[in-house]
Parts: sequence; C-alpha cells; structure tokens
Amino acid sequence: MSETLKNQSSRPRLELLNITKQYPGCLANDQICMKLMPGEIHALLGENGAGKSTLVKTIYGVVAPDAGQILWDGHEVEVKSPSKARDLGIGMVFQHFSLFETLTVAQNIELCLSRSQLHSIGDLAERIRDLSRTYGLNVDPDRFVHSLSIGERQRVEIMRCLVQSVKLLILDEPTSVLTPQEVAGLFTVLKKLSSEGCSILFISHKLHEVTEICHNATILRGGKFVGDCEPANETPATIAKMMVGDLAEQDAGYEKAFGETIVFTANNLSLTAKHPFGTALKQINFELYKGEILGIAGVAGNGQEELMSIISGEDNRHLKNMLTLDGRDIGTQSAGLRRRNGLAYVPEERLGRGAVPEMSLSENTLLTHSRGFVKSGLVNWKALKEYAKSLISQYSVKCHGEFSEAKSLSGGNLQKFIMGREIGQNPKVLICAHPTWGVDVGAALAIHQALLQLRDQGAAILLISEDIDELFLLADRMAAVCDGHLSPVVRAEETSIDQIGQWMAGTFINESEQQEALA
Amino acid sequence: MIQVQARTEPSTLMTFASPFLAIVLTLIFGSLLFTALDKDPLQALHVLLILPLSDAYNISEMLVKMGPLLLCAVGLALCYRANMWNIGAEGQLLAGALGGSAVALMFIDSNSALAMPLTLLGGILSGMAWAGIATFLKVKFNSNLILTTIMLNYIALYLLIWAVHGPLRDPEGFGFPESALFSDATLLPVLSDSGRVHLGVAFAIVSALFAWFLLSKTHLGFKIRVYGADEPAAIYAGYNSKAISWFVMLFAGALAGLAGVSEVAGPIGQLTPNVSPGYGYSAIIVAYLGRLHPAGAIVAAIFLAILYMGGDLAQIEMGIPIAVVGMFQGILLFFLLACDFFIRYRIVPYREKMA
Repeated sequence: MSETLKNQSSRPRLELLNITKQYPGCLANDQICMKLMPGEIHALLGENGAGKSTLVKTIYGVVAPDAGQILWDGHEVEVKSPSKARDLGIGMVFQHFSLFETLTVAQNIELCLSRSQLHSIGDLAERIRDLSRTYGLNVDPDRFVHSLSIGERQRVEIMRCLVQSVKLLILDEPTSVLTPQEVAGLFTVLKKLSSEGCSILFISHKLHEVTEICHNATILRGGKFVGDCEPANETPATIAKMMVGDLAEQDAGYEKAFGETIVFTANNLSLTAKHPFGTALKQINFELYKGEILGIAGVAGNGQEELMSIISGEDNRHLKNMLTLDGRDIGTQSAGLRRRNGLAYVPEERLGRGAVPEMSLSENTLLTHSRGFVKSGLVNWKALKEYAKSLISQYSVKCHGEFSEAKSLSGGNLQKFIMGREIGQNPKVLICAHPTWGVDVGAALAIHQALLQLRDQGAAILLISEDIDELFLLADRMAAVCDGHLSPVVRAEETSIDQIGQWMAGTFINESEQQEALA
Repeated sequence: MIQVQARTEPSTLMTFASPFLAIVLTLIFGSLLFTALDKDPLQALHVLLILPLSDAYNISEMLVKMGPLLLCAVGLALCYRANMWNIGAEGQLLAGALGGSAVALMFIDSNSALAMPLTLLGGILSGMAWAGIATFLKVKFNSNLILTTIMLNYIALYLLIWAVHGPLRDPEGFGFPESALFSDATLLPVLSDSGRVHLGVAFAIVSALFAWFLLSKTHLGFKIRVYGADEPAAIYAGYNSKAISWFVMLFAGALAGLAGVSEVAGPIGQLTPNVSPGYGYSAIIVAYLGRLHPAGAIVAAIFLAILYMGGDLAQIEMGIPIAVVGMFQGILLFFLLACDFFIRYRIVPYREKMA
C-alpha cells in the first residue's frame, strides 16, 4: 500500500492514449484518451453503444485495440489477456457474474488465482475473512454461491479482485441489480478502497449515483470522447445532456391513473420451483385494474421470472382457481390460448426469446401476432410486411427494413419493435419485464410513452423492473417481491423509495407472518 | 501463420458453396483412394458419376433410386428444421415395406382397384406408427430421439427378417426368405415405356414441393421453423411444441413408410430382406447436402442416387467393391460438416497487433 500512496500525487495509475477499436461496420472507440489517478473514483458514462464496454474490455485485456497506447504507472504496457491484466493489478466485476453456483465462495475465488498467488496467500479462507472484516463485505468463504443473493454475489466478485491486491477496480453497471440499501453498502466499500489508493472505474447509467461518489467522469458518445467533468459540480440533468446531446427530451413526471374494473387476478398463487436454483412462489395475491400500471420491484432472482412465466403460460403447469383473466380461470390454458384471450408479454430477453435472432422483422411480427395475417393456415406475407413496416415507422425502430434480421438491431431498437408488436395486439393485460434494461435514454423515453399510452387506452400493465426510479416514474400502484413473497400493494404516491427498498429486502415477510401468528 | 476467427454473421456464400466444396473435396479424396486401389482415378470417377447419366435406361434407374432417398430426406429435413433429430428413416422405411407387404399379400389373387391404394396406405401408416413410437417416448419421457430412432431401425430390420422367414414367407417359395410376388393390381404403375420409373418417384417430387410450400407459406411451417431456430421463442409465443414434434415426426414417418412400400410394390415386387441398401441413412446426408431445404433435397437426392448407380456400375465395369459407395457417402458428409464450419468461421492471416 505504501508504494501506491507514494505514487499518488506523482503520476496517473492508468493513462489511455488515442485508443481506437474498429469493429466491422462500427468504430467502437475513436482515439479515446483518459487519465485515472491512484485513489480516484472515475465514472465512464454514455448511452448504449457509446463504446464504454469496448473501452473497459480493452483495459482488461479482453479486446485488443487497433491503435493507441495504455500506460500503467507511467510505463507502456500491452494487456494481452485478462490474466495479464490481473497480474498488473487490474480487477473487473462484470455486469453478469461469472461464478459457479455449485461451488463455495472460497472455491470460486481459488479458481482464478495462479499457483504462485495461492502460495503467497496461504490460508485463503482466512484471507477472505480478513478482507471481509476490513471492508465490511460480509462474505463467508464456506457458503455455496447458489445460496447467495445477487448483492452477495457481487461482493464475492469484488472480493475476488481484492484477494489479488487490486490497484484498479473496474465495475460494469454495479448497482443495476442492487436494492437501494445494498447500493449504499457498496458505496461505502468503494470509498474505503479509494481512500487506500485503489483506483475505481465505474460504469453506470444512473446519474445521481455518479454525482454522489465519483470524483471525475469521462463521457463517450458514438465511440468518441465528448467531454469530462467533475460530477460534484454538475446535476444529473447537465450530465445527461452531455451523454445524449441536446436533442433528447427528458422523462418528465407523468400523471398517475387509477382503474376500477378488475381484469386480472392472482389468488393465493403458490408454486414450487421448477429448477433447483429457482424460487418458489408463496401465496401471491394481487389484482390488475383496467387502465393502470402495477409496478413490481425486486432484486433479480426473487421470483419475478417464475411469476411471469406462470402468468404467461410458458410454465405449462396447470393451476386451479389461482389466475383469472376477465373473471375466467386461465390456469389450465396454454400460453397460446392466453395470448388469444388478450394477454401480451414483453419478456426480459429480447433476442432468443422475444424475437428469433435469424428471422426478419416481418417473421418476428408473426411470432406472436398472427391474428388477421393467417387465413386457413396460409400466411399472408404481403400484409405482414406492410404491417411490420408500419410498426417500424410508428416506433422509430432503426433498421434497414422489415427484412432485417432481429439480431442486426441494437438492444434498444429491438425492444421498441417487440414493445410495438405486443401493444399492436391491443392486449387487455400486458406483462412487461425490464422494459428499458440496457436501452439508451432516447429509446427509454419512447418505450415509457408507449406504455403510458397503452394504459390510457384501458389496458392493465404488470411492470416488473429492477430499476426503482423507472417504477416510481411509471407505476400507479407498487409492490415488491422477495424470495417468492409479494409485499402489500400500495399506491405509488403513498410510498417511498425507502419503504420499497425495505420490502425488496423482505422486511414485510416477518410482519405478515407475525400478523398471521396473532390472528 | 493463420488464425480462425468467428464471423460477425454467418456467410450466405459459404452456406451455398459448402456442399459444392464438399463434393469437390470428396472427388479429390476419391481419386487418391482409387489410385491406391490401382484403378485409374479418371476412369473410376467417369463410371461413378458420368455413366449413370449416359443413357435413358441408366437415368431411369438413377431416378428409381432417387425416389426413396428423396422421400426420406424431405421428412428428415422437416424434422431437423424443428430440432427433432430423427435418425430413424431407415426403420420407418422398413416398417412401411413390411406393413405394405402385409396388406399387398391380402390381395394376392385379387384384381381390386383398391389393392394398390390400400397397400400404399398400409405402408404409410406403418411408417407413421414406427415414427410414433420414438415420438411418444420423446414427448412423454423426454428420451433421446437419436438413440431411440437408431434402436428402432434395428428392431424394424429384424422384424422384417423374421416376417419373411415366417408369416409372410411364400409357401411355394422353396423355403427362400421372400414373400410371394405381389399381384399386378397391387404394383405401382410404371410412368415411362422404357425403364422402371414408377409412381413412387412422382410421389417423391410432389412431397418435396409440398414440404417447400408448407415451410414457406403456411403458419404451421413457420412454427416449425421458429421451434427449430429458437425454442424459447416458440415457447414464449405459445406454440404447442408437442403438436409440432408429433407433426414433423409423423410426416417423416409417413414419407419414409411410403418410400418403403413403393420399393416393395414397385421395382422389387415382393418383400425381401434386402429392401433398402441404407436409403434411410443416406437420406440424412441428402437432407444436409440439400441444406435442409426441400428444393435442395431434390438436387442432393439426384447426386446420391448417381453415386448409388455409379457404385453398381463401378462394381460391374471395374471390379471396384460396392463398399466404396458407403465410403464416398461417409467422406462426403465428413467434408460437408467440415466445410459448414466456415459458414460461421473464417481463416484470416494472423497479424500482430498494430501499434
């Protein structure tokens, strides 16, 4: 540690000079320069496709740049591979964790250490406990990863970097999967690391987080460096402007709506988990009213996936008297029949589930929207193409045309297309999962407005998201899931981020159990 | 130095060039093989590939072999499009031959106009039943379709051998393991004056055109394609995966059964233990060589039929063992799979990182 402190004032920990990376048809990084001092928390900001991931992957040795230099502690280095990066002292926590669920924490950490590192550490479990105490990470080396929450898994990933005496920690959208309370805990850890001289490169979409903890920020747009700033001197709005340019509108507050007619109910919905690491649903009750958005908050893996697939019918187990649509029991209907009865669904994975990657957009329209385009078993491809074209223009989907393959679209554009396709079926109930996850600000605005318009036309929307700000923006009533339990449903104006955050952590479960015990 | 690099998207050029490249490589390999056997490679290739097309008789014989290959391949292509790995066309073909023969032998002394249609129906239903066993096991117990269909191939073969030694043996056949010759009313009409091209060949072409229409124009065909390309999307869209599995398997079973009964009620005219020289297995190669497209299957079936014919001719004219045909087919599939690798990957010169 003393060495790093000595260097703190003298020279940057990491310096990037004119990093350029060309992908076929896309200049991902165009002569990007950046400086990172020891102990600095530096934000890397930009919309999707701005080149953030490419840049950090270059630093971590996953991507080889076409041109440019990387200086590490003042010396030019060539980071050929992630293991080379780790040798230098660079650690990275990816958005999608790379942990083996069937192994313990210590085993997972051991896997990425070299023999010499293991030798120098000695007792790995003891080292993990040490670091855990020092940084307040609360990581037990003997626990199996599948028993850990997402937040705990993230701490295991951070621990993995700490064990290797990291000098630069890269975090790719670390807060997107955490409860607000967990975010606060993470920030404490990051601040402590920073005070000890560890540099942190922090990728985020959430601007208020950036203004809260980052010393400096670099902003990319379309692969180019557009500016840097000290977030403490800026507001989220001014930073957003730098990210998207002046053109994009910002989401303003929206009016809340209330429905009176029930269209959908879940009554005492209980269901065992289908997979060993799945979540069982426990006594879930809620109603959906016409013309309202019910938002369900929760950290990933707390039963959202199971809830959506049993409602949509993808999970084809039969239920009796637990799900009703328009007053009729739909628990034994197939997914196709539920769709024909007015249920539409925007799933979390767009490519590979919401759309077939190798098929054109007109074919992907037919995937769920066949009404009017199939006559006695024959497909009217001509009408379908025209309709796909109209979806593309109505939702400003950026693509070459209705013949474009789904996989050639960016995530945000494909999401706009899927959203348009599902809304175009005039559903009575729309289930919508993480509608703007990984979508740029402009597309998110369009998606929000499409959802609100559908609500105002009288549809009921079940909105499941990990983005609590988005839920507060859109939802008329809110609840949270934790470990397969659903919290009470409350009006959005009558609750707070703090309360929902506590519900996400499961505080309501004990309360309701106590009430049951009293009754 | 060179390195292998993943393409950003599959190459359309390679998708179509791969079968031809594989054929060229197979021919080069074949030439080496013939040289090693002390045969003139050019003459051997001439006999193998050109002679089968040299006169009307040979062409008609080639078409007779194309029929069952194409019927089986069309059904398989549909199965593979839906990710149903049916390796059982051979068994379904034999079941069709056996079931059709059982019906045909009921009309041994009859001139009924129903004899031929009922025989065909018997074959088709038997093929479907055989495919149905494996499908049931797959849908109900999620058993591995590749294994069950292969095992059912052997069961069908031994069932057929048992039948010609037992219940279906010609009582006046001096104990040979063969059925009686079918009556004329049962046999498929021959389509041309010379040669043996029969109605079964026409069925094959029609089945390919029908499958093409099914895949490109109908909602069911679209669902089959979605199911094969992206199963989670098919489940998400609410498609009935069981119905799709049943449909493609029974369709393939019906076509393979038709191929089998068309052989016994066509060129052979009776049930013998040697109904098929492995048409059901070769059809797998036809399906892949034809890029799992019914139209491609027509071209590929003609090519493999030429190889079958050529193998016979090479044995007669040059004393080349018939096993060479099997060798050729195997090598062809091998090169085809190897060439298909380049649809998704490419080889680029290795370059050091630019400074």
